[in-house]
Amino acid sequence: MKEAKTNEMRLVLESRSQNEGVARIAVSGFVSTLDPTIEEINDIKTAVSEAVTNCIVHAYEDTVGKIYITCSMHGKSVYIKIKDNGCGISDIEKAMTPLYTTKGDERSGLGFAVMESFMDSLRVRSVCGKGTTVYMKKNISGK
Amino acid sequence: MPVKLNKEGTTLVAFLSGEIDHHSAIALREAVDGAIKLVKPERLEIDFGDVTFMDSSGVGFVMGRYKLVNFYGGTVVVKNASERMERMLSLSGIEKIALIEKRDKAV
Ligand SMILES: Nc1ncnc2c1ncn2[C@@H]1O[C@H](COP(=O)(O)OP(=O)(O)OP(=O)(O)O)[C@@H](O)[C@H]1O
Ligand SMILES: [Mg+2]
Repeated sequence: MKEAKTNEMRLVLESRSQNEGVARIAVSGFVSTLDPTIEEINDIKTAVSEAVTNCIVHAYEDTVGKIYITCSMHGKSVYIKIKDNGCGISDIEKAMTPLYTTKGDERSGLGFAVMESFMDSLRVRSVCGKGTTVYMKKNISGK
Repeated sequence: MPVKLNKEGTTLVAFLSGEIDHHSAIALREAVDGAIKLVKPERLEIDFGDVTFMDSSGVGFVMGRYKLVNFYGGTVVVKNASERMERMLSLSGIEKIALIEKRDKAV
């Protein structure tokens, strides 16, 4: 059962690469009120970086669009939603397969695998031509 | 520039520092590739000792440099990666093509 919501942050960022760091700092700042371990903070920063980078590199590719980040706390659980209105993903299962990438040269195809391994849950919804939403959850044990 | 490049004989050493994401990797790539093309090293050492954050862009960075160095017949060695970085690198199976040297455990 999901506990009642205890805090929330909403953030809208333009899909510019310098905002990858901005998103990491904002989300880790929000989560820090739960007194997470350094490991937990780093897990979340890495997962957020992956999802936001995907919006910039894939969803909006050579255009500038908006990235919508919503973080909420329910007791010691943090829920993070990262949404774009970009190109969407036609085959989500294939996209989530480790090492699968549609951008060969500099991408390793590990973004979703990293989100999956560093967070407690990951869910992806996408509509071709409409956009993609990534839902993640992390339980904070605290120090 | 968050990279220091050093030529030691036929070895090129790239000391990376700061945060490696898709944003910072763009400049890193340009700097390191410029040096690789100039030196055509037999061995490229990528040192992560001063890197404070890395996402999968760091893995893509190593793979991309491997391709270029390998084109000139050289090898790639990854040094001083943290446990977290190693975990990401190993997801890619990169240890099959690049040598991952264990981080010095001393202090
Ligand atoms: N927000 C998104 N919008 C559109 N396509 C996406 C989005 N996120 C991921 N994808 C697609 O899913 C594929 C896999 O994504 P993933 O993050 O796992 O790997 P990558 O981004 O290609 O490489 P890496 O994350 O390792 O740099 C991408 O190559 C892309 O085709
Ligand atoms: Mg990605």
